[in-house]
Amino acid sequence: MSELKPMATRESYGNALLELGKEHENLIVLDADLAAATKTGVFRKAFPDRHIDCGIAEANMTGVAAGLSTCGFVPFISTFAMFAAGRSYEQVRNSIGYPHLNVKIGATHAGISVGEDGASHQCLEDIALMRAIPGMVVINPADDVEARAAVRAAYAYDGPVYLRFGRLAIPVMNDSPDYKFEIGKGVLLRDGRDVTLIATGLCVYETLCAAKMLAEKGIDAQVINIHTIKPIDEEMILAAAEKTGRIFTIEEHSIIGGLGGAVAEVLSEKRPTKLTRIGVNDVFGESGPAKELLHKYKLDAEGIAERVQKELGGTA
Amino acid sequence: MTNLELQKIAVEVRRGIIDGVHSAKAGHPGGSLSAAEIFTYLYFEEMNIDPKNPKDPDRDRFVLSKGHTAPGLYSTLANRGYFPVEDLLTLRHTGSYLQGHPDMKHIPGVDMSSGSLGQGVSAACGMALAGKLNGRDYRVYALCGDGEIEEGQIWEAAMFAGFRKLDNLCVIVDNNNLQIDGPIDKVCSPYPIDKKFESFNFHVISINGNDFDELRSAFAEAKATKGMPTAIVARTLKGKDISFMENSVDWHGKAPNDEEYAVAVEDLRKVGEALCQN
Repeated sequence: MSELKPMATRESYGNALLELGKEHENLIVLDADLAAATKTGVFRKAFPDRHIDCGIAEANMTGVAAGLSTCGFVPFISTFAMFAAGRSYEQVRNSIGYPHLNVKIGATHAGISVGEDGASHQCLEDIALMRAIPGMVVINPADDVEARAAVRAAYAYDGPVYLRFGRLAIPVMNDSPDYKFEIGKGVLLRDGRDVTLIATGLCVYETLCAAKMLAEKGIDAQVINIHTIKPIDEEMILAAAEKTGRIFTIEEHSIIGGLGGAVAEVLSEKRPTKLTRIGVNDVFGESGPAKELLHKYKLDAEGIAERVQKELGGTA
Repeated sequence: MTNLELQKIAVEVRRGIIDGVHSAKAGHPGGSLSAAEIFTYLYFEEMNIDPKNPKDPDRDRFVLSKGHTAPGLYSTLANRGYFPVEDLLTLRHTGSYLQGHPDMKHIPGVDMSSGSLGQGVSAACGMALAGKLNGRDYRVYALCGDGEIEEGQIWEAAMFAGFRKLDNLCVIVDNNNLQIDGPIDKVCSPYPIDKKFESFNFHVISINGNDFDELRSAFAEAKATKGMPTAIVARTLKGKDISFMENSVDWHGKAPNDEEYAVAVEDLRKVGEALCQN
């Protein structure tokens, strides 16, 4: 595993915008009074004329981005997932999704790893909301390298993209020089015969660690990183179902409608396979340090391994 | 164009509204009719547009924030030559490109999809901001309903436009005083509309929005106003020129039956005839 310094994907977002901003004059960044937190400050400093702070008015920011995109700009809206997907859901649907405008939504502070701010700011429903909008691409990168690649891919893609980023600094896994990111393509991170663990976002690293713990217990788990939840890599999921016959999904999102929902849809229609959805179990989050919350909600390596072992009938 | 020419076109625009809504057996005639002079003045006199080149990057833009009055916009676009007037009869029919609310992806001349109230001024702000950033001197017009401005997003957008001094933006409020549940000052009054926009740093002009002289002078004043956006509060008559629809809340979102349609057509024939005698 990498020796690189752990980094929050929100930082990767800001850094990627800065890089892309140098290459593309039509890239424009919008914030709603959270530039310090969404980490777009580096872009604002370099390109003050192409950074538009809309104030605490996310609905308007979403519509302004829509208007800018009709005139050839590629806007990145930046705010917390709670407000990007929650507060502005209908603006995203009707002003961006319906006309399929080329707007990118950079949603930071997703999931319970927001930490101390608590349930009001811990968006656990955004993947479900965004993936239900026709034509919306939904990406939840797993580390710094993937997050920067995802921002680049989102810029290159012509249409609306929802990018989900986290607040918590997480380890860098994708440090291989031949790393490639492709929208809609899952990544097999670890091969295994007994069971398939499909994870997204910061849960990918925890799941890889869980797979190592499971190996010590004699369970040979393969691990797939699904960074693109829509369009989802059906082929890879179905191949995994055929190979191992048992699937788990792991995400820092409600078990309703997120990665677990998307995988369940694929499996139940195309290859019914026993599935366990690991995530936040239809409850709101709470305040606390991010790592403690991930532990409490059993979304760290230990919690994931324990659950997989239990579901497979082993001893905990 | 003379006022008389514009008045004659407004009759045709109203005829298209009635024909479309009657054919659809659904839709929103009242607020389409109240804004017929506004649509007509914008598309036949004010805006720099070319129906043969509807995507020209230098064109003026129009956002119908009160998207339910699509019959008024469609009839104006058709009469201006963006698509055949006969197509208005396909309004709201299954498979027609003339969707119930404006669809920029499929309708020539529609600059922004709209329909969910409150969202259009934000998009217009984005277009106006793009013009400033790109150094293009086009203007952007957004038409709101007076009930629609009860939506909070309108005021988020107004704050943005005023703060950013978007003087290439002109917001028009179709102040026909009626919304679905009744007179706007009985439902949840947005009055005083002029003072609200003034306090959001708009230049405000109050006019009779069914009068071409007043529209002409207001849009000229808006264009000449620098350093701040303009709001034109246009007092209008809902359902104008259709005898049984005028100032009636019942005709906000209802189509005339065949008998009512015949009366409406006769009403418009008389208005047209009176203009020809001028």
